[in-house]
Amino acid sequence: MPGILAVVLPQRGKLNSSTYELMSAGRDLAGKCGEPFWAAVLGAQASGLAQELVERGADKVFVLEHPSFENLLDDSFAGALAALAGAEKPSKILFASTVAGRSTAARLSVNLRAGVAADVSEFLSAGAGSLKARRTWYSGNLFAEVEIKSPTAVVTIQGLAWPQAERQPGRAGEIVKTAVQPAPSRIEFSSFQAEESNEIDLATAERVVSGGRGLGSAEGFNAVRDLAHAIKAAVGASRAVVDSGWIAYRHQVGLTGRAVRPKLYVACGISGQIQHLAGMSASPNIVAINTDPDCPMMKVASISVVGDLLELLPLVTAEIKKRKGVPVAA
Amino acid sequence: MALNIVVCVKNTPSSPVSVDPATGKVKREGATFAMSPYDEFAVEEAVRLKEKNPGSTATAVTVGPDSSDAVLRDAISRGCDGAVLVTGPEFEGSDSFATSRALAAAVRKLSADKPVHLLLFGKNTNDGNSGVVGAQTAAWLDWPSVLAVKKIDSIDDKAAVVWRSMEDGVDVLKVTLPAALGTVKEINEPRLASLKGKMAAKKAAVPKWGLAELGLGAGEAGAAGAPSEVLRSAPPPPRPEGMRVEGATAAEKASKLVDILIERKLI
Repeated sequence: MPGILAVVLPQRGKLNSSTYELMSAGRDLAGKCGEPFWAAVLGAQASGLAQELVERGADKVFVLEHPSFENLLDDSFAGALAALAGAEKPSKILFASTVAGRSTAARLSVNLRAGVAADVSEFLSAGAGSLKARRTWYSGNLFAEVEIKSPTAVVTIQGLAWPQAERQPGRAGEIVKTAVQPAPSRIEFSSFQAEESNEIDLATAERVVSGGRGLGSAEGFNAVRDLAHAIKAAVGASRAVVDSGWIAYRHQVGLTGRAVRPKLYVACGISGQIQHLAGMSASPNIVAINTDPDCPMMKVASISVVGDLLELLPLVTAEIKKRKGVPVAA
Repeated sequence: MALNIVVCVKNTPSSPVSVDPATGKVKREGATFAMSPYDEFAVEEAVRLKEKNPGSTATAVTVGPDSSDAVLRDAISRGCDGAVLVTGPEFEGSDSFATSRALAAAVRKLSADKPVHLLLFGKNTNDGNSGVVGAQTAAWLDWPSVLAVKKIDSIDDKAAVVWRSMEDGVDVLKVTLPAALGTVKEINEPRLASLKGKMAAKKAAVPKWGLAELGLGAGEAGAAGAPSEVLRSAPPPPRPEGMRVEGATAAEKASKLVDILIERKLI
């Protein structure tokens, strides 16, 4: 019997939120197909992660453990998975849309002669030799209903589109240690430099507070940081303020910056040009604070407030701290 | 060290497109077209490598209709030496699987003439947005691929040392050539086309290749060779009307806003 296979690629040997979202998506699709839900985990110490994947919903976990799998080597990862797929014949193979997931999914689609759909946000219908799914395209301006007609389908799931699968301690499932003889990779891992940051990662944050030209100056922009800090949000920015040097480029949200889909996006002094909206308009709750009541961001927002930013933001921050019982600086 | 570099580009709408509500098909007629934004970084990198390694060539390739000739001339105006247009009705309806297969066949044909060392791609197109064609093309060629490359630290005709941008930091990797690299915008700042470049683009002869030149069968291209299909498109569902927070003073507005955020469990 075929199954739905979620491919887990632990980054630096660990599972993370994108893994748990992938497990939810796999469970969801397995239910829709009436097929068992499997996971495959690749890594240098992959066997240590198998039980958690059972506890996060997999009925069966294939452990592909090999020292060369410590870091992503695009060609050999795809090769090892192609061998597994040849033996176990999953009908649908799912990946997170991380760099590792996307790269491996793409190569695997060719290895298996399977269609691939990237950044899928919903499974619409599934059967033998057919998978219909929703994704966005044209920079998020349009939704597409895409169908994969090949016997095997490969998919990457959009970040934050599924909830993180809960862990059920002690849940039982099958763990299969799979022999791997990876073909030598033509990529050699040399070193890793971690990005030092105490900041909440913009790409996966549940809340983002973002600032634009309306803040007036680099100093004015601090009001955005203060509000973000008060609600444990990541800090975002429009292209204009990054170009002006008020904040580093990694905070830029938009077509040439990061695409984000937090539960809450607070846009402060951002007019909402198309390029910025492309990076955040899929957020379910958008709050816009601006002096201009008719700008595009105010129209797209579910909650909008007209007012002077440098007056309003500190008041909002103080009010939040008051409600949360945090002492407010005088 | 002379390197032969191929950079893959796409001509895409640079103005908003609409959907025919009756058919669910995207209407591209009337849109303005340009090089897909992320491709500009890949073209710039190809040209920089060419400039740093005397004797090297940079060739731009695209799969598209006749009008895609324009994006190839744009690539030449930015410093590419030449270009190839893979075109014909047989390529219509291609998905990423079929497009990458055609690109790989074009690279194979170019390599038969002069071995290609490096294949460059942008991060993703601004219409398809999948970001998979680069790695797929490499898989068709059985070449290694690395995506999210923010720097090519060093390169010769045997290998390249690259920095790959991961979610948590940077991997430094050594890739044996020939290989495909997907670039990200941190890699460089694309130049504007020079007058010399624009003149070269005007004069360039851009060959057109079809199935025969690529050695592909009819079932391996276009809709016939595409395992996936976009059935219909639609604009995002209209947002429910937003609410405007009113108040006589800023303090009142602030207080009401916080009320709502707490009530809706958003903070």
